[in-house]
Amino acid sequence: MSKVIMSGNEAVARGAWEGGVTVAAAYPGTPSTEILENVALYKNDIYCEWAPNEAVAAEVGLGAAVGGARSMVTFKHVGMNVATDPIFVAGYTGVNGGLVFVDADDPGCHSSQNEQDNRWYAPHAKLAMLEPSDSQECKDFMRDAFKLSEKYDIAVLLRMTTRVCHSKSLVELGDRDGAEVKPYVSNKEKYSLLPANALKRHPIVEGNLRRLAEDAETLPFNKVEDNGSDIGVITSGISYQYVKEVFGDSANILKLGLTYPFPEKLISDFASKQKTLYVVEENDPFLETEVKALGFKCTGKDKIPGCGELNAAVVKEALTGVKDPSVYEVAGDVPSRPPMLCAGCPHRGFFDVISRSHKRLVLAGDIGCYGLGTYDYSFCMGAGFSSTVGMAKALELQGDKRKVLGMVGDSTFFHSGVNGLFDIFSTQVNVIACILDNSITAMTGHQDNPGTTKNLMGEDKPAISIEAVVRAIGFTDENIRVVDPLDLKAMQAALNDGINYTGPFVIITKRPCALIREVRKANAGKFYIVDTEKCTGCKVCVGVTCPALSFENGAAKIDPSQCTGCGLCAQKCHFGAIIKGGEF
Amino acid sequence: MATTGILLCGVGGQGTVTFSNILTKGLMDLGYDVKMSEIHGMAQRGGAVTTQVRYGEKVYSPSLGFGQADIIISFEKCEAVRNIAYLREGGIVITDTCELNGLPILQGTAEYPHGILDELEKTVPNVMVVEANKVAADLGNVVVANIVLLGAMVKAMHLEAADWTGIIESSVPPKTIDLNKAAFNAGYAM
Repeated sequence: MSKVIMSGNEAVARGAWEGGVTVAAAYPGTPSTEILENVALYKNDIYCEWAPNEAVAAEVGLGAAVGGARSMVTFKHVGMNVATDPIFVAGYTGVNGGLVFVDADDPGCHSSQNEQDNRWYAPHAKLAMLEPSDSQECKDFMRDAFKLSEKYDIAVLLRMTTRVCHSKSLVELGDRDGAEVKPYVSNKEKYSLLPANALKRHPIVEGNLRRLAEDAETLPFNKVEDNGSDIGVITSGISYQYVKEVFGDSANILKLGLTYPFPEKLISDFASKQKTLYVVEENDPFLETEVKALGFKCTGKDKIPGCGELNAAVVKEALTGVKDPSVYEVAGDVPSRPPMLCAGCPHRGFFDVISRSHKRLVLAGDIGCYGLGTYDYSFCMGAGFSSTVGMAKALELQGDKRKVLGMVGDSTFFHSGVNGLFDIFSTQVNVIACILDNSITAMTGHQDNPGTTKNLMGEDKPAISIEAVVRAIGFTDENIRVVDPLDLKAMQAALNDGINYTGPFVIITKRPCALIREVRKANAGKFYIVDTEKCTGCKVCVGVTCPALSFENGAAKIDPSQCTGCGLCAQKCHFGAIIKGGEF
Repeated sequence: MATTGILLCGVGGQGTVTFSNILTKGLMDLGYDVKMSEIHGMAQRGGAVTTQVRYGEKVYSPSLGFGQADIIISFEKCEAVRNIAYLREGGIVITDTCELNGLPILQGTAEYPHGILDELEKTVPNVMVVEANKVAADLGNVVVANIVLLGAMVKAMHLEAADWTGIIESSVPPKTIDLNKAAFNAGYAM
């Protein structure tokens, strides 16, 4: 079969299909999101869903695997933290149908709050771990992971990194195999982890891992390249590509594809033959710790950075001292270009209003497009609500009169924000909880969520009303406001009500993301223009920082190709100088 | 091991993805091993984006280091300068004259360096300035500016042997095939 070019994420989806997966669940998170989007291409063969959060996704996957279906669950590295409760359970129950957790780490923090190295989860949760280094391996390892899972009765962690997920390389495709669902037979001793059962499961699980460790010595995931060199390198994942780039065939290489359980004999045999031994890996010294525990001296994190993403140049400089210099330097500064809220973004109106009251507020951010707005701190999914309870207490204890305002998006509300809102209501804490509902999981590229009317397979589904959930908690007309955030007067009135209220207060800002196809269609042809005779050049409008709006030759200027006609800047103008130009 | 490196740079939403999809298919058509690396995520919200393509007999790393790009294709002129460290000695820069304001400029804390191309040309010998947006607009739609740049790149890198017309036909929406072919030819003729 001829080769096709695929990203690592596309290849994992293909490998899952070839490997006979029938159930797939995930919560979106860069760099993992496209895996399930590509699994959905096989929706006739695979049931797939966006779960409300990663823990739910992992439990859907575990339920399916115990039920007999080959299943997969994907998440980004910090998403795996959310899912670890069921993942650690899967480590003890083992499987019936094969179960594969696909984790995407983000060295270099391209789109994450940390660089955590999730390889440690494999020994911690008693999972087998595979680390592909290119798209072909993504596909092959994913396909084989299901067989591995079933043969050793163990859940498998396929660990990727941003550069593996989002790089494209050539892949030879195969056929689908093993999609038959195994019969579900009740087995409480295996699948109900009551203390007595769990205690009995523990040695069985350790035995399964040992069995795999013995076979790992010869399994084809691990490869030795003996080039008769004095230098030996142990490596895995994308780091292998950097090692090959630097050394070519001038070093011996032990490339580990199965990085847990460790093939101890293979590592020892290789290490004992090398005059100089390097361990090259991104982030933490995961392999290096094992090599050292086996009694071998090696060079690893003492030379190779543990912080930031590696590339061939970094590895080369660390191990050979040779630096690839830049050749050209151009005089003059190029202004930075950070990501920003899109033209027509409904969040812009929300941030314009709350930032004007910022002195009276402590703003708790969360994870989503609104991370591009104004806030004082931002932790993790859902903390935009739950942390406000603790922050409000701490401020009260020090006599700080500022009110805490927390924000979560619609998808984050369903993910974990709702639990924080339970606490806000139960404790009757004096905070403002804002749900920025743009009717989509926007930041990761428009995935559906419990509040939308479609599922991942493109079918209609009922939407859960956020307002109805909030009212069910106990909020009433007294302490709920639902507003269009691009209506600045209404938004300001809602905020004032919230600031003046004592006790928990909810503001739901409701306006769909400007990039949703239907919204784009509805906004096509709409744009505003500047009446340059009326414009005084006061720059109040450009203060909203919209990509469609700039300031040139002493007056505001609107790019009609970018403007969506949201009218926010027109509301800001004191002189009536911004007027409708397109077809409204 | 000789590999060739191409760096595409621009601003989220400028069509670098379509460009690199067509490019990689063409390189495969020529029998090369190809790897491409692009970072998604926050960048799609108007941030700076780069895509790195490497090809040759055998490619290992999907990403380029400083001084390793044989050519930089820039969809926005500031971005060419931002990524100039990747260019190898004697490498080529093809850049559009397009100017897009980033956040600091919109906030009024920075000004667009309109004369930046003059500085680029003073330092780098092989700079080719292509008014791709203007050419595309004259052809009927600015969205094919990326394909104008593709045509210019194919000529500069002597990659004519691939079936670019066929690949464009199978890669773009049917209604836009003629427009895209015209854009490619216009870029190639520059």
